[in-house]
Amino acid sequence: MKLDARVPAGPLADKWKNFKASVRLVSPANKRKYEVIVVGTGLAGASAAASLAELGYRVKAFCFHDSPRRAHSIAAQGGINAAKNYQNDGDSVRRLFYDTIKGGDFRSREANVYRLAEVSVNIIDQCVAQGVPFAREYGGMLTNRSFGGAQVSRTFYARGATGQQLLLGAYSALSRQIGQGRVQMFPRHEMLDLVVADGKAQGIVTRNLVNGELKAHAADAVLLCTGGYGNAYYLSTYARGSNATAIWRAHRRGALFANPCFTQIHPTCIPVSGEYQSKLTLMSESLRNDGRCWVPKHAGDRRPAGLIPEEERDYFLERIYPSYGNLAPRDIASRAAKRVCDEGRGVGKSGLGVYLDFSEAIGRLGQKTVQERYANLFDMYHEITGESAYEAPMRIFPAVHYTMGGLWVDYHLMSNLPGLFVLGEANFSDHGANRLGASALMQGLADGYFVIPYTLGDYLSQQKPSGPRNAAETEAFWAATEDVQNRIRKLLEVRGGRPVSEFHRQLGKILWDQCGMSRTRKGLEQGIEQIRQLRKEFWEDLNVPGSGEDLNQSLEKAGRVADFLELGELMCRDALERDESCGCHFREEHQTAEGECARKDDSFAQVAAWEYSGEGKAAVRHVEPLKYEEVSLATRSYK
Amino acid sequence: MKLHLKIWRQPGKDHPGKLEMYDLDGLNPDMSFLEMMDVLNDRLTREGKEPVAFEHDCREGICGSCAMAINGEPHGPNDGATTCQVYLRSFKDGETLTVEPWRARAFPVLKDLVTDRSAFDRIMQAGGFISVNTGQAPDANAMPIGKETAEQAFDAAHCIGCGACVAACRNGSAMLFVAAKVSHLGLLPQGQPERKQRVRRMVEAMDAAGFGNCSNQYACEAVCPKEISADLIARMNRDYALSLVPKL
Ligand SMILES: Cc1cc2nc3c(=O)[nH]c(=O)nc-3n(C[C@H](O)[C@H](O)[C@H](O)COP(=O)(O)OP(=O)(O)OC[C@H]3O[C@@H](n4cnc5c(N)ncnc54)[C@H](O)[C@@H]3O)c2cc1C
Ligand code: SF4
Ligand code: FES
Repeated sequence: MKLDARVPAGPLADKWKNFKASVRLVSPANKRKYEVIVVGTGLAGASAAASLAELGYRVKAFCFHDSPRRAHSIAAQGGINAAKNYQNDGDSVRRLFYDTIKGGDFRSREANVYRLAEVSVNIIDQCVAQGVPFAREYGGMLTNRSFGGAQVSRTFYARGATGQQLLLGAYSALSRQIGQGRVQMFPRHEMLDLVVADGKAQGIVTRNLVNGELKAHAADAVLLCTGGYGNAYYLSTYARGSNATAIWRAHRRGALFANPCFTQIHPTCIPVSGEYQSKLTLMSESLRNDGRCWVPKHAGDRRPAGLIPEEERDYFLERIYPSYGNLAPRDIASRAAKRVCDEGRGVGKSGLGVYLDFSEAIGRLGQKTVQERYANLFDMYHEITGESAYEAPMRIFPAVHYTMGGLWVDYHLMSNLPGLFVLGEANFSDHGANRLGASALMQGLADGYFVIPYTLGDYLSQQKPSGPRNAAETEAFWAATEDVQNRIRKLLEVRGGRPVSEFHRQLGKILWDQCGMSRTRKGLEQGIEQIRQLRKEFWEDLNVPGSGEDLNQSLEKAGRVADFLELGELMCRDALERDESCGCHFREEHQTAEGECARKDDSFAQVAAWEYSGEGKAAVRHVEPLKYEEVSLATRSYK
Repeated sequence: MKLHLKIWRQPGKDHPGKLEMYDLDGLNPDMSFLEMMDVLNDRLTREGKEPVAFEHDCREGICGSCAMAINGEPHGPNDGATTCQVYLRSFKDGETLTVEPWRARAFPVLKDLVTDRSAFDRIMQAGGFISVNTGQAPDANAMPIGKETAEQAFDAAHCIGCGACVAACRNGSAMLFVAAKVSHLGLLPQGQPERKQRVRRMVEAMDAAGFGNCSNQYACEAVCPKEISADLIARMNRDYALSLVPKL
């Protein structure tokens, strides 16, 4: 299969401008003849649904939550990047573009990333106009903070709840369209299959989560904005409901899955405290603006932090990466933390933790200022651990946080299936092998507010608005609905002995051990075997109480875990076939003398896009070669 | 540690419900309250019984899903915290806890601890926005907004739409929720053009959804996990009164 990314011609800086100038349009009177399905109403989906409805398309939007306002985006803490250069510190579109490409370890598509940097400035304008209360200076101007992987301050924030405020902005825009009858909203509806007929995406099958009703919905285009799949690891910073079902079902219907093994492990999370643990809590990267990471210099030093004198502390990030210090990118900071713990220098009961220390910042700025910047994070830390970070350093450890992989899309955000578009964390597009902090919110809103309104129009302008479906098409809708029905029955009929959470926990452990912060050929091969075995047990010994015609949370979870059990294997396969190290993907066989990633640009400067080939059959790996016209592939250095 | 739980079980919207007793032993005080619910549910599943339906997602106090009252208190005993932010160390070994869904006319129970809070969405759809289409915005720094104002707007905007305020109110009033949104947008210069019609439409939608009146008891403020101030209710009442004055 040849993958055409449909990148417009011309110099990098002009591509998006040229594209917009020559894009094919749908006239205002015709727009209302087209129906668009938006699955997911987090930042990407809510912004897309609202913007498309404003343009005049008829929109149907779906989410599994009881309200769009509860999407996982709500939990983003730290901030959103934009190349505004309000701080006059040398930022520009070009610099944000370069930082993102470099941060991703040269595994993302140049043209998409450039466009992202370009529209970032419009996002901030749009959000402020909606009433998003970003942090400001006394003079009334917007203020910024720094995030990892950048030497400028370009991150906009609203205390420690930036995602909440941005999502409420998008949700209010969406609510306005719902109120005006331009968007039909289906909360508590889960998409369980994609309908493909005539080689095009034509609709979806949903389950009403309150009464179990299955229904097929037809449309002229389907947008998946369903978020990331990091919960495959069970323990993560994701909301508990986040899942891969929508994109996995689409994958099974023919959409290619790109770079599934690119998962981000975030360095600053609260360490695991026990077996019963259900989720991991992020301590925002913004803390690394003022917090300093350290561990004792000597292995086995179990003294409390306060009793370890300055000269016996190793501020390891500052030592190894003097120019970025505590703001080294996430993959690099996480691996450094893992290394010092592997050396026996980790802190806390389990030895799986490093300190994040604010005493220097409190001395320099005063407790009040530190409180103003981070109070809600310090409070959260206190609630969870019972310890005060004003008095003793925080203990942190890396945790699964984000997935750079996702469905393959071209420059238009369209998958290889015509009519199927993928936005936000659900696609693979912009972050390569590692995402920089504060760039996911930027990407979700860029996709939804500023990219899809143009690219979707270009697609629809070439399609006749679909009238009644022909017999073959109708048949596809029936068949998909029946498949969903059968699958639900199958899940309910196992009637084994173990709750779904048990399988999920085991899968998580396999993935964390074999496909986590460092990977080896042997471990990955073993991981694949273990997952296959677990999948077999799942279908023999799962217990889902209750029925399918009811609000049944065990059934919902079981369906999602069944999909994770398939996706998990593909993640390991992808990690196995990518026989190099890059960004988050650290293959122990390929490292430099200092233990950093050793890329193999000759063979792996490419996107791996996997094609589903049937149950129990090996997926097929296709590649999109990454051509760099404007940047030269360099070894990433943050020293 | 050990806990005795009395949990509201109700099979569906139009079914009667009742409290059922469950005893849990071997709990760890560092467990969260919801992790304890997970333990209970896994046990029920193994026993071939239906687990307790309850809503949760972020488990860090921001999505507003985890609507439950513990011993009659919405979101349990901790100030400024949601149910998911309650840890077992807040309770005594051997204590009995009663766990119930939100009780309010406008929030019908769907199953066990799950309620339908879509009335909040309908209020938002009636007016909880600034009417600005994508692409129309001027430069973000074109309109300076004082730090103080931005901070106050944030305090109001921080509401997570959980509905604890309604559950705590003996009239089942949604005034604190609506006041928070009206104040967030009303405090900002961008929100001025629609200020009057916004408050009018939102209050009308609130009344239509079946929420009760406010009789100034401020139980809402006491349970609000985001510590939204009841002063905002007075602010909204002023705005509402002004919105009814005909244009001269
Ligand atoms: C704790 C935390 C903090 C973060 N902080 C930051 C930050 O400071 N800056 C930053 O840039 N990024 C941050 N991120 C990352 C960022 O929040 C996410 O990548 C981003 O919000 C994802 O948005 P989305 O719209 O793609 O998906 P989501 O917000 O996950 O929305 C998914 C939507 O899809 C729906 N859905 C999913 N599956 C189905 C289905 N099958 N059927 C129907 N509906 C479905 C859900 O109901 C939901 O509406 C953070 C992430 C975490 C975990
Ligand atoms: S005002 Fe407080 S209690 Fe009421 S919905 Fe908002 S956050 Fe919840
Ligand atoms: S689960 Fe999100 S606020 Fe409690």
